[in-house]
Amino acid sequence: MYKHLAVSLLALVLVACGQPEKPTFTFTAIPDQDEARLIERFGNVADYLSKELGVEVKYIPVKSYAAAVTAFRNNEVQLAWFGGLTGVQARLQVPDSSAIAQGYEDQFFVSYFIAHNSTGLSENNEFPQDIAGKSFTFGSKGSTSGRLMPEFFIRESLGDAPDNAFSRVGFSGDHSATIALVQSGAYEVGAVNYKVWEDELAQGKIDTSKVSVIWKTPEYLDYHWVIRGDTDSHWGKGFSDKVQATLLGINDPEILAAFPRSSFVAANNDDYQAILETAQSIGLLDQ
Amino acid sequence: MNNPRAHNTTASHYRHISLVLAGFALLAFFLADIDITTRSPGTELGRILAGLIRPDFFATDHLLQATLFTLSFAVQGVALGAAVGFVLACFWHYRSVRMASATVRAIHELFWGLIFLQLTGLSTLTGVLAIAIPYSGIFAKVFGEFLEESNSKPAQALARNSGPLSTFFFAKLPLVWAQFKVYGAYRLECGIRSSAILGFIGLPTLGFHLETAFRQGDYSAGAALLYIFFLLIISMRGWLHARLIPIYLLAALLYAPPLSSNTGASLWRFLSHDIMPAPLRSGYSGDLTFSRWALDLVSQQAVPGLVNTLVLGSAALLMTGLIAIMILPLLSRHFSGKLVRSGANIFVIMMRTTPEFLLAFIFLLALGPSMLPGIFALALHTGAIIGHLTSRIADQLPIPSNSARGLNRLSFEVLPRVYGNFLALLLYRWEIIMRETAILGLIGIPTIGFYIDSAFAEFRLDRAFFLIAVSVILNLSVDGLSRTLRNRLRLHA
Repeated sequence: MYKHLAVSLLALVLVACGQPEKPTFTFTAIPDQDEARLIERFGNVADYLSKELGVEVKYIPVKSYAAAVTAFRNNEVQLAWFGGLTGVQARLQVPDSSAIAQGYEDQFFVSYFIAHNSTGLSENNEFPQDIAGKSFTFGSKGSTSGRLMPEFFIRESLGDAPDNAFSRVGFSGDHSATIALVQSGAYEVGAVNYKVWEDELAQGKIDTSKVSVIWKTPEYLDYHWVIRGDTDSHWGKGFSDKVQATLLGINDPEILAAFPRSSFVAANNDDYQAILETAQSIGLLDQ
Repeated sequence: MNNPRAHNTTASHYRHISLVLAGFALLAFFLADIDITTRSPGTELGRILAGLIRPDFFATDHLLQATLFTLSFAVQGVALGAAVGFVLACFWHYRSVRMASATVRAIHELFWGLIFLQLTGLSTLTGVLAIAIPYSGIFAKVFGEFLEESNSKPAQALARNSGPLSTFFFAKLPLVWAQFKVYGAYRLECGIRSSAILGFIGLPTLGFHLETAFRQGDYSAGAALLYIFFLLIISMRGWLHARLIPIYLLAALLYAPPLSSNTGASLWRFLSHDIMPAPLRSGYSGDLTFSRWALDLVSQQAVPGLVNTLVLGSAALLMTGLIAIMILPLLSRHFSGKLVRSGANIFVIMMRTTPEFLLAFIFLLALGPSMLPGIFALALHTGAIIGHLTSRIADQLPIPSNSARGLNRLSFEVLPRVYGNFLALLLYRWEIIMRETAILGLIGIPTIGFYIDSAFAEFRLDRAFFLIAVSVILNLSVDGLSRTLRNRLRLHA
């Protein structure tokens, strides 16, 4: 038995070492909503890219924004669909990488502040000063729409860090969880990605007698595609331009639904300078 | 205490230590944030219940793959951990070996996973090492103590010129081999659990989909995954046989070879840059000094994190004890009939298998954000384990059928006799509870695990590393205190 084991192990190592280097172009993406069946949905995207680019393309699922950035940094993925903040973080980790496209909707993204109706807060055009002293939940720690921008506006309007401005501060980890927690009244107020809210509202998952939108933030940039700088040296000169052109040219609604975005438009690193400065101003990134 | 004769009896020792622990824990409850602030949890809890009643086994794609990965990581990780632990156990008399084992097991496997994600990426190797490293520390300790406590007579009876190797293999190992095997089987159960939980940070095991499903409110899919997980654990008795283990190991190695495509470059970068405090890195352009960096980190994160971890862990310890004593009569043949016992047994298996994370999430919805969800989650989980182990000891006690019944039997016949074991188990689990508070950090309860998770989310690995070191010191101190108390009371689980 053990002898068999040793032989198989040896065979395994030989097989692993003997494989020729055949680069597979790998990408990852976490949509801002509905993470079910990621492999199936993004497998279709991989097939599409593979056909258009003429190279083998693979999708790997990741759990969190942080895991996506780590995979990008370790060159496990060469292309990634990041949130505004994570894209900036990724480009700081991999200095020669660049933003090549963003979602059409991501040019004017907003977050909603939502409140449990027992707070008596109602929708207003001004920042809701009355949320001071209430309990508040963000989404994931690395989320642009669930954390970065809401925290920026809170600090700007309430003049204090969230820990001091609110009675309790939580991180639900996810926009759907934020809605569930505010709807149940576990937290009085929360900040959520507007697309997730609209989507769940349309699906009838939200009981508006318990939770409602009280404020819409000003617009900011969010999700975008980032590619590593060394892809051309592996897949040939002009490869990253080709990837950009392919992404901008996607018009198959089924492919776009995976993200979900109506189309992709061109973007570059400078577009995200404001996000970088915002993250620095609230201490999420070093100056 | 008033009776002078009562001094220095076993009972007085037990009373003493129980009072100290309970006092400490009550103080923790007093300090802890335990407000109930929820308003309308009914809708969401109803949805969870509906999901549990109607699990959807087809909602998750690649379910079989996730199950096989869970098993593969567990089998390989536990096997490697057992092998390394076994070697370490042979050198258990060296202080340095004991210290090293204590240190690696003080770090939660989730944090090992997060560290190895930086080094070996989203690979099988990451999953295997995240389990194998802390488990080798645990195996070393348990095996080392088995060997220490084994009968020394056979070794003394050997001829004078017997070498240390032959002494070990002929006069020591045979005495403890059976214990090794039993313990190894138990560890594999823990390993499957750990493997699943590693999915929370992105490895492709059951936890990956389980966490997503619950977080996104897809409770039918979540329930199905949870049930598959229960099934794996409950069915272990049927498929785990010593002679099949080499086959499982081989299958695991073939299905998921422990390889990683990352090179040594990431290791070098990790050591020379990532975990180096930012002000000490070459090319640092900010204006922080190292002392400022460390001071800020200690005062803003380490100290509040430690205080919350201690408060939560101690409060959970008291509640664990209470739950264990409440479950005990339901599990023991001295109190309950077969039907009640089987029901209680299923409950216990469910509680010890369900990741604390899920329990805490459900309590968070039901009770609102405070330490209470964390305390309940940890206490239910650990209380179920201790209640189960204590009931097995209680069942071995001969109790005359004409003795008192019900509460009297519990208070005057059973509890006094198993109380030593019960206390030992509780003290032994204290360190584990502290370590498990880490996972509650992931749902926002500000334990030290919360700050470590934040540091990873912000790619401040220097801070993460520093905070992990702080949590190691806390866990080692709790471990040391618990061992001192157990030795003083001469307690054995």
